[in-house]
Amino acid sequence: MKRQIPMLILSAVGTLLVVSVFIPSARHWQEDASLYFDIIAVFAFFLGGGNLIRVHAEKVSRKSAGWIYSVVTLLGFGIMLVTGLFKIGNPNGIAGDISQAGSYFQLLFQYVMSPLNSTMYALLAFYVASASYRAFRAKNTEATILLVAAFVILLGRTALGVLLTNWIPAQFSVLQVPNLAIWIMNAPNLAGQRAIMIGISLGVISMSLRLLLGIERSYLGGDN
Amino acid sequence: MTSKIAMRILTAIVALIFLVSWITRSGSGMSDSAFTNVRDGFLITFAVFLTLSIFSFLYRDNPFYKFAESLYVGISAGYWMSYGFWSTIVGNFVPRASRSLSEFFHVPYQERADHILIYIPIIFGLILLTRLLPKIGWLSRWSLAFIIGATAGLNLTRYLRSDFISQVSNSFIPLFVDWKGAGDFVSHISLAADGQFIAILSNWVIFVGVMCGLVYFFFSKEHKGAFGVASRIGIWILMITFGASFGYTVMGRISLLVGRITFLFGDWLNIL
Repeated sequence: MKRQIPMLILSAVGTLLVVSVFIPSARHWQEDASLYFDIIAVFAFFLGGGNLIRVHAEKVSRKSAGWIYSVVTLLGFGIMLVTGLFKIGNPNGIAGDISQAGSYFQLLFQYVMSPLNSTMYALLAFYVASASYRAFRAKNTEATILLVAAFVILLGRTALGVLLTNWIPAQFSVLQVPNLAIWIMNAPNLAGQRAIMIGISLGVISMSLRLLLGIERSYLGGDN
Repeated sequence: MTSKIAMRILTAIVALIFLVSWITRSGSGMSDSAFTNVRDGFLITFAVFLTLSIFSFLYRDNPFYKFAESLYVGISAGYWMSYGFWSTIVGNFVPRASRSLSEFFHVPYQERADHILIYIPIIFGLILLTRLLPKIGWLSRWSLAFIIGATAGLNLTRYLRSDFISQVSNSFIPLFVDWKGAGDFVSHISLAADGQFIAILSNWVIFVGVMCGLVYFFFSKEHKGAFGVASRIGIWILMITFGASFGYTVMGRISLLVGRITFLFGDWLNIL
């Protein structure tokens, strides 16, 4: 019951979707399955929200270390959820788009979530710079190639790259840094991306087969 | 004790700057409504406070950063839950499920003969929530099995077609572009970006690069001799790819940083 039914559901759903590719009248099953997937994913968000409330409410009730930050998390979650679900301040009421300009949900996104999101990622610029300084010192051939490729791509996308190499004549134009950056992206980078993509696709195909055939069962967990 | 006092002084200074900024920004508002000006002044000041709180982590972990980080977690969870509800449940489920619900949410009802099937994901979704109840939590595996089964079924054919067959087929490209003989090639040879030599070189690099990259990922044979040479070229090609991806990631992060600095000095301080 605890293991057989999930395995049966998995094999049935997966096999039906694979078979549907070969039956023209069943092609819409794939679109329907994607839609079902999206709907279940929303419930996964609800599950995540439920877990978030449980974990942080527990911290607050026990007054454990840093509980005041859990209050901040719960407040942020509650305010965003209420303004979003009830479309508070939306000029068109419940019929309006959730991201309607002027709605509180949109204001919170624009002035709270968006600054937090972009600053959090902008912060990584400093850490990437410091980590790359330590990691990419040209210690061997591979590290040197990586460093040079990254440097050319970075320089090729700035005005400095144009300024430094625009004196190179047209018959050697590929050596101008912006053109070299484009060539790296279109030739060696493309080759590497393709090799990786082919490798990933083989991995995905074999893992899908293992799942459909019931060989891979790690998703069931260790117990029972 | 000293650090507590220092923290209190710092908090007071931050609160004072916050208030001054709020009052100043509210006074310079563009709207006719006083409430809107005060609200926008507060929101801009709060956005600045959050931006600087996150950047304060560059010095070291501190309460302002922890506050911003905790708020980010809560706000993000609330945002995605609300967005998922309105875009997927109301946008995709309700129009297929019920006419009266569609009218309530002001979305056009879609009449379909098989509309009963749309309740399948709702049932699996509700089963997924049993995860929150320890006694019947094992039931959530059914939903998980549906999700994994759908992903496996969709990806098996999707990856086979788009990522495997089409990538292999696109790698078999002409190795002699616009070839009119060796004499013509040598007499027109140049390093122009749009020239014949670079076009031929690019196709060779792509073809040989893909093959060597795949050789590197083939672990069933020892990387020795000619196979070892191909594997080594494969590593170099992969290193260029990682370098290019790294370069692009850094560019993305720096452009975000420029955006935040523009916000601080332009939108807030008006000196840009």
